[in-house]
Amino acid sequence: MPQVTLTVNGKTSTVEVEGRTLLVELLREKLRLTGTHVGCDTSQCGACVVHVDGDSVKSCTMLALQADGATVTTIEGLAKPDGTLHPMQEAFREYHALQCGFCTPGMVMSAIDLVQKHPQGLSEKEIREGLEGNLCRCTGYHNIVKAIAAAQDVMHGRRSELQPAAE
Amino acid sequence: MYDFAYHKPTSVADAVKILSADPDARPISGGQTLLPALKHRLNKPTAVVDLSGIAELKGVKRQGDKLVIGALTKHMDVANSPEVQAAIPALAQLASGIGDIQVRNRGTIGGSVANNDPAADYPAAVLALDATVVTDKRRIAADDFFQGMFTTALEPGELLIAVEFPIPEKAGYAKMRNPASRYVMAGAFVAKTKSGIRVVINGAGPGVFRQADMEKALTANWSADSVGAVKQSADGLNGDIHGSAEYRAHLVTVMAKRAVTAAG
Ligand SMILES: Cc1cc2nc3c(=O)[nH]c(=O)nc-3n(C[C@H](O)[C@H](O)[C@H](O)COP(=O)(O)OP(=O)(O)OC[C@H]3O[C@@H](n4cnc5c(N)ncnc54)[C@H](O)[C@@H]3O)c2cc1C
Ligand code: FES
Ligand code: FES
Repeated sequence: MPQVTLTVNGKTSTVEVEGRTLLVELLREKLRLTGTHVGCDTSQCGACVVHVDGDSVKSCTMLALQADGATVTTIEGLAKPDGTLHPMQEAFREYHALQCGFCTPGMVMSAIDLVQKHPQGLSEKEIREGLEGNLCRCTGYHNIVKAIAAAQDVMHGRRSELQPAAE
Repeated sequence: MYDFAYHKPTSVADAVKILSADPDARPISGGQTLLPALKHRLNKPTAVVDLSGIAELKGVKRQGDKLVIGALTKHMDVANSPEVQAAIPALAQLASGIGDIQVRNRGTIGGSVANNDPAADYPAAVLALDATVVTDKRRIAADDFFQGMFTTALEPGELLIAVEFPIPEKAGYAKMRNPASRYVMAGAFVAKTKSGIRVVINGAGPGVFRQADMEKALTANWSADSVGAVKQSADGLNGDIHGSAEYRAHLVTVMAKRAVTAAG
């Protein structure tokens, strides 16, 4: 069987896969990183978004073998070892940006890529457009957009702490 | 998905060798079309040949009065390319509106043009800008390349290497997206090129097509009003749950007007 060697959340692994094994299957079933979800499996919902070499991609629409040699970050790789959440995770909590939480790992990964690629800052409209590849069946998106707007200020160092959500 | 063998050649010559030895092997670029199709078992390749290791297929180059875009260049890289933004801003804008960020981070111009989905964006630009499709065997004029729904002049095993876009005097693109799938419902790419004014419609019909009446109207008078006076017939256009053929015909004129306004 073919082998893939890749670095996931800082740890390098070599895994046997089939030609058809998807990156999301490698992450969930071989590495047991089940934070990355499969919502649709038809490339539309974004629940499976991870970062591959610094870009957000749908891990259900990439072969595991296509990730050979790549550096991958999943939702499990965001918090610090002491449990301190990434500012985007903290913002999703503070702004009540999730209900059932199924879309959340993908939303957070897409949001971080979006913010990192726009150091000049994003308007509300740009945040909404940037989330086109992520579907949420619960929240109606408004609080997700607010969370991302708040997190970008912390990620770009414009605020040292997250602006608290209005009561 | 059925299983298949996986190859990752590092040169065009090696890729072509694998593909010609096995007629059931398929190239994979971004996989944003091929993998969803394989999951639906629409296709059963014995092997996929990953082109992503072939460096010569990547990147944008300005060559005199042309832009040459390698087949493996991702939508995101075309959208963000300073060369494309400077020479053909309508093309950068088109690339920035394909699918969503995650699709643009993987999908490539070569995959999109080779696939020729009637609702895809790139084929409209390739045809309207009178581009040349370069393969491992030959050079194909855009007018001969697109042959209707999901059909092109590419022969089995023939690899798309690059697309050469002559830089137009001006160009503009406008589309109405399907709000759910984000593919094109109807779009128009208009261009003033060395070979004349070209108007191409995508999304609305079974494949991209040139709109001769609109080309005539814009040649006589380059303005949104002039193209806005041309009605598109609904005959042969796509009708589905997202919109009737008549609705798409109406959209064609609206998109053509917007494209001319965008071109300036
Ligand atoms: C959710 C979603 C939304 C999308 N929205 C849009 C949209 O709005 N507009 C749009 O235009 N597209 C859209 N797409 C399609 C996307 O742009 C694809 O990336 C593109 O159509 C195919 O490019 P690819 O590199 O992914 O090709 P692949 O999927 O790798 O290949 C597609 C086909 O082309 C063949 N092929 C690939 N490379 C070559 C080559 N160099 N030479 C010869 N044959 C080759 C393959 O064998 C396959 O048959 C969307 C896709 C998804 C999943
Ligand atoms: S599971 Fe990958 S896009 Fe929905
Ligand atoms: S929180 Fe339930 S799908 Fe988004």
